[in-house]
Parts: sequence; C-alpha cells; structure tokens
Amino acid sequence: MLMPKPNADVLAKRDALVEGLRRIISDPEGVIDDKDDLRAFECDGLSAYRQLPMIAVLPSTVREISDILKYCQAEGVNVVPRGAGTSLSGGALPLADGVLLGLGKFNKILEIDYDNRCIVAQPGVTNLAITDAVKADGFYYAPDPSSQIACSIGGNVAENSGGVHCLKYGLTTHNLLGIEMVTMDGEIVRLGGKHLDAEGYDLLGVMTGSEGLLGVITEVTVRILRSPEHISAQLIGFPSSEQAGDCVGKIIGAGIIPAGMEMMDRYAIHAAEEFCHAGYPLDVEALLIIELDGPEVEIAHYQTQIDAIAKDCGATVSRISETEEERMTFWAGRKAAFPAVGRISPDYMCMDGTIPRNQLPKVLKRMNELSKQYGLRVANVFHAGDGNLHPLILFDANNPGELEKCEAFGADILKLCVEVGGVLTGEHGVGIEKRDLMGEMFSEEDLKQQQRLKCAFDPDGRLNPGKVFPVLHRCAELGKMHVHNGELPFPDIPRF
Amino acid sequence: MQISKITEEQQIADMLDWALAGKHGLTIQGAGSKAGIGRPVTTEQGLDLSGLTGVEMYEPAELVMKAKAGTRVSEIQSLLRQSEQRLAFDPPDYGPLLGGAAEAGTLGGVFSCNLSGAARIKAGSARDHLLGVQGFTGRAQAFQTGSRVMKNVTGYDLCKLVAGSYGTLAIATSLTFKVLPRPEKTRTVLLYDVPLEKAQPLMNRGLSSVHDIAAAAWLPADIAATCDIEYIRGPGKSVLALKIEGPGPSAEFRCTAIREMFEGEGAQEELHGHNSESFWRFVSNASAFEGSERPLWKLSLPPANAVTVIAAIRDKAVEADYFLDWGGGLVWVQMPDGLADGGEGLVRGALDGAGHATLIRGSEALRGKIAPFQPQPTAIQKINARIKDGFDPENILNPGRMYAGEEMKASV
Repeated sequence: MLMPKPNADVLAKRDALVEGLRRIISDPEGVIDDKDDLRAFECDGLSAYRQLPMIAVLPSTVREISDILKYCQAEGVNVVPRGAGTSLSGGALPLADGVLLGLGKFNKILEIDYDNRCIVAQPGVTNLAITDAVKADGFYYAPDPSSQIACSIGGNVAENSGGVHCLKYGLTTHNLLGIEMVTMDGEIVRLGGKHLDAEGYDLLGVMTGSEGLLGVITEVTVRILRSPEHISAQLIGFPSSEQAGDCVGKIIGAGIIPAGMEMMDRYAIHAAEEFCHAGYPLDVEALLIIELDGPEVEIAHYQTQIDAIAKDCGATVSRISETEEERMTFWAGRKAAFPAVGRISPDYMCMDGTIPRNQLPKVLKRMNELSKQYGLRVANVFHAGDGNLHPLILFDANNPGELEKCEAFGADILKLCVEVGGVLTGEHGVGIEKRDLMGEMFSEEDLKQQQRLKCAFDPDGRLNPGKVFPVLHRCAELGKMHVHNGELPFPDIPRF
Repeated sequence: MQISKITEEQQIADMLDWALAGKHGLTIQGAGSKAGIGRPVTTEQGLDLSGLTGVEMYEPAELVMKAKAGTRVSEIQSLLRQSEQRLAFDPPDYGPLLGGAAEAGTLGGVFSCNLSGAARIKAGSARDHLLGVQGFTGRAQAFQTGSRVMKNVTGYDLCKLVAGSYGTLAIATSLTFKVLPRPEKTRTVLLYDVPLEKAQPLMNRGLSSVHDIAAAAWLPADIAATCDIEYIRGPGKSVLALKIEGPGPSAEFRCTAIREMFEGEGAQEELHGHNSESFWRFVSNASAFEGSERPLWKLSLPPANAVTVIAAIRDKAVEADYFLDWGGGLVWVQMPDGLADGGEGLVRGALDGAGHATLIRGSEALRGKIAPFQPQPTAIQKINARIKDGFDPENILNPGRMYAGEEMKASV
C-alpha cells in the first residue's frame, strides 16, 4: 500500500514542531515524540498496515485542537485524526510526516436531554457508553456497530457506522442531529443542533462518513430512542444460501422490516458454534437470525408470517428465543463470528461490500470460485436485510506472499460487488484499504467532484491525505474549467 | 424568461455548455410548484425538467426505486401503492399552499428542496431516503453519486448536498431512493383541548413511550377549525394528534395503550384509515394556510423550545397563526400582513440561535429583500461558497436562489 511520500522538509524540522506543539498543549504528556510511546498509534483495526506517526498529540480542550490545526496548517504539516482507532479500513493509519491527533481525552457525556430526546457527547465517548448513559431510563442509541464496546461516537460520525439494526433504525447519519467541529484553519463551527434538518447546504450530511478528511469532530449530538418493550430473535436454517436469500427477500416483500436480519454461511456457523456454543444447527448451509421488536402482539403476528414464508422457502430448522438470555445467546455467536474465525486461522481480513440482495446467489457462487482460484478459505457473515456482505478471508501472513494474495482476492470480491450493482464499502469506509479501487465505482470526473468538496473544507489538503482518493489533485487544478464555445442549443425544442 | 422543456439528458449538457460560454444564468425547475420558495431567480433562460419522466427501476423486495427527475411525486406514490409500499418521509405537496395546483410536484423538486412531512420525525427526511443521484454539475459535467443500495459509505455522500440545495449545485436528472412497506393500519389518537403549554410536553411523553408513535402534531382551535374532517373541526377545540401505524393487532394494541396513558389529559377520539391519512396530509401540507398570501415561516427547532418561541413571536404579533408538528420540533407560523420584513426579525429573534427558519411563502418583493433561508455564520458561509464554487463556479444554476451571489463570491 503506497502512501504519499513523506516530506523531507517537514521531517527535518521535527524537533521544532515538537516544541511548538508543547507550547500549545497544557498537559506535558500530551505531546508524544518517543518512538516506543508512538508505537501505540502505529495502526488501527486494520493491523496489516503499520506506520509510526512523526508526532502524536493528545489535546484536552477544543481550543487546543483549534490551535494545533492552525499551527500545523501554518507549518505545512499533515494531520491524521484518531478516535478509538478501531477503523477496519485504515482510516486512522498515521503518516510518517504527520501529526496524529488523538481524541481519547474527549470522553465525557455533556448532556442528557430527555425533553428533546437527545444526548450531547464528546467525540471520544464509546458508542456503547451512549446507550449505557440512558439505559436505566429506558432509552438507547440505535446504531450498534460490532465494535461498539470500543469504537468512539466521533469515529462513528466520521465513518457513518452502521450495525445490525440499521435496516429499521438507520445508520449514524439518520440518528445524528448536530456536531461541533474544527476546520483545518482552526475555525470552530457548529452544524445542526437539537433540531432536525440542515439550514443551507447539508454540511452535517457530508461530514458524516467523510473519514476524517474534512474536519475534526469535537462534539456530537445524537437522538435517543425508547427501548422497545419486547425483543425476540428467531434462528432459521436452510439447506442452501439461495433459499435463505430468497426468504429474506420474501419477508421484506411481505411488508415486514425486522429490527435485524443477519445471515451466516456454513463456515461462519461452524466457527461461531465451536467458539461460543450458541446452539446453532450444524447441518445447514445458511442460517438467518431475525430479530423483531415491539409489542408482543406485533411480534407474534410477524413471527407467524415469517414462519410460513421460511417454510415455503425450504427452511429445515426454526427456533424462537424464549427468554432474553436465549436471545442473547443467539446473538453471541453472530457477534463473535470475527474472533471465532480468527481462532481457526492465523490471520483474516474482513471485507465489506454491499450488493443488491437478489444478487447474493451469484456473488456467493463466484466467491467460492475465487476461493478455489486463490487457494484461500472464506467465511461469510451478512447483514442480509440491507445487503451488506462481510466475507472473512482466511490467510497466514507468515507465509510469504499470502497477504498480497489475500489483498488481491479481497479486491476481486469488491469489484464483483460493484459489477452486480453494489458498492465497495457498506460501513467500514474506504480508508487506505479500498482507496485504489475507487476507480471501479466512480469515473475520474466523479472522483474529482468529490475532491472539490475536500477543497471546500481543506484547500491545502492537510487532513488525512492519502486516504479515500487514489490520486491527489491540487485544488487549483480541480478548480479549472473547460468551457466549450456554445451556441444556444436545440433551437427546435419548445420554448415558452 | 425563455423556458426550454427538456426531454433528454443531452439537451441539458448542451444548455450548460451554452450557459457557461456566455455566463448566462439558468433557472432550473421541475413543475415549478415550489418556485415561490427562496430568493427570486432572474435569468433569461430556464430549464423545465417536468418532461424528463419515467420510472427506470423498481424492485419492491429490494425497497428501491429509480426514476427521472421530472416524474410527478403523485405518480410515484400511486405506483408504490400497487405494491403496498410508499415514500415513508411523507413528501408534502405545497402546490396549493403556494397558490398552484395540487399533485404537480416532481421527484426532483421534493428531493432538491429536501421536504418531508409529518412522518419525518420517525421515518427520517427526504434526504435520508435518497440513495443515489445522476445529473450534471454547473461545470457541464455529467456526474453521479451514491448507488442503489441501502448501506454505502464509499466516498463522500454528495447526495446530501443535492438534497436541500434547491438546484443551486447540480441538476439532478435521475434519483434512486429507498421505499418502504405501507403499514397495514394507520390510526390517530386525538386529545382535545390540550393548551399550548402542555402540548409539547405531552407529545414528548408520547414520543418517549414504547408505543412507536409515527407522527405528533398539535393544532390550536382556530387552525383545527379549517380542517374539513369533522372530528378535527367539530369540537371547536385545540387538537393534539398522535399517529400509530402497524399490522392490525399491533395498531389496535398501541391505540388502546396510548389512550390509557393519556387518560385525564383531555377528551379523546380516534381517526381510522382514510380520515387518519387525510388528517396527516392536512398537517404535512400545512393546508390550514392555503388561500392566503401572508408570509409563512417554517421553523425547525429543539422541540422543548416550541412554547417559548411561539410566546416570543405572539408577544409582538398577536395575530400570528401557528401550529406544531414533529412533536414540537416544527412550528409553522403565518405572520400578519404589514410587517416590512415579513416577520423575519421576529421569527429568527425568537429562535435565539437554536434551529432555523425558512420563509416558505412570501411575495417576490419580500423574498428579494430579506433572507428566506437562515443566514449562516461567516465560517460556514465560507465553506458553502467554496462548495458552490466547486460545483458551479460560474454561478449559472439557480443563481442567488438560496443566498445572494455576491455574498457567496465575496467569502470564497
């Protein structure tokens, strides 16, 4: 993975930069320049790629963040923001000539506002801590990425994180009301608040999922929902993935939007069952976990319909959770699928494409062919309701060339997703991992248009360069216009 | 103004080339049903996209549809109805409110203006349902963003900018959007004679309950009196309304539970099926204010501020009419005639920095004089101006519709 070439001039003034940053940050330990200490920041959740940052800073006030950005802007130094460092796409991978801006100290919930049904938090608060803060009063925060115990809410905004419940409850972008952010030139701005919809251009909308390239998020306001009165999960096993996929389509076609609808293939079922004994059937090719929430009468009503549809689609096993404990057990296997697969292979890489659901049989078939071609095993977990596929490619990084083989296999899977009408990433982000595949999905001009947005926020390209876009264009170059010498066209089309 | 009726995408590309070469502004519109929102656009040439029609893809089981920008929203809705589906954000129809025909609005219009009805509070906004856009930027470049799948974080989400930019950044020619099942049953619980001071807290209690309320509005007695549903108009009282949706047994269960919960808070009634649907159309379309030309403001604000904001407005303009939607998070205010600024100072002053106010209806003179859209702080306006510059550097698309051109250019 090629990163932008480190700037020798910047590296040469490292000591002066450390001094400059120490003058900004009040905490004497808030500027880290020791190689061993910097090791803690060398990678994020995509641990195959590692890079020590030039310097790491851990500010504790928004003013300090603003001053750091202003200083780095003036000194021509790149900045990589980092929340909890759980990105699976390398979004927080440091740069050799960059300052890594850690937001770990921003870990407080600032306000719980039941009158407006929202919560205001600093960006370093974990996703789960948001829910924990309001759980006792019967509320929760809906997006629940698998890493929710560790990932930060600021990172969730930067990546537009999803989770297993987003078919019904939406992604981060649908649950976010406002942010405070600092632009690269040190301006502190507020977008949104406790009200709905953007005033003017929807900057909050484009900040969500912008992967740390547009601004540094310093405060987040999200809406909270009342926890449903009942939740029930159902396991349904099928002799083939096609039948399971068919069942998912028919459930939605019947007008049912479950709270969650997950699918696992044989490989993932076995790995998960071995790891945590969730009671999954082992004689099926595909397993659906369907969660329903709401009043008991509604759950019962839908379950009757789902049972009939599943039977019609050839289900061989169906079990409904009878207790909350059993429901949690059903989920335990799914939630542990990644570590479970990790246990049976020295390394694995988790992919993240989204496809139109009806393309699932084709994609699975082709993926099996690719698996044979590359000689690498693949296990599949799938947010079936919204078509978000997570193939886990198993490999051993100690075998020379196997990481590269795995990367090529992964790239082929993502290209396949795009080929069938899907996208490169559903929730993990582009980062560095899928950066070089962007051309598969976007034309050169579309990528340029996206970078013009980057120019609007960060004209010097200092924030998180080398991520998302395969080719870095200068903003001046992107601004140029080619004007054709136009006559008023179509004299024959009707004019009023 | 000369208006060219567009029937295919290539005509747009050619018009844009012409406009760029001579630096001509272009008025971009669909049916023109919302042309009265925003600052007046004065260009010699206009593009009418209402002839660019047709559903390009509809897969009910995938919950997705793609259609050309000029397709009427009403046509999309009847097509969806055949598969028991709908646009869950309740696209409002402001046609009659702005003195035009009903059901004329186009898909491009409703997404470009990011307009959502009463269901927005639970189902999300128009922009939340927009998955992909194809069209042209003001650089005369074909562009596309987003996709057809529900979950996509590949690159910047430029759909968010197309939604709500009133055709000032790009011309959308095709839109791909999420559709959802129509609920089997819709019911509305009504509470009569709840005073304003208690309305928002009561709606909040409902919305904070487990009963999954899909919409919540409160109408003062004089607004309720303009509704042609007998249950709303008849009693001559204020009406607080809570919408419930779902399969039969669940709608019934929830209705009963909500009525029990609000026992003692006022006389109760229920609207079913057709009545319930027409009531929420009345709320979403702000039909109470049809047939007038008085300045009409739409305020999006923290719901708990609704009562104080209304009090502050009525303190200075006691004739102002109003009602609450979105559980108090949306306040419609119709100002009396005769205020030089159409009530701008009053309305924005009352918000006191929390939320925003948009002038939905006002005379052309008024719209040219005041800021129909909430003015932005300098730091944000600087970013807005650069965004505009990135999409439409010569300012040829709906010039000045949202913000004055000079004001945008000056801050680049």
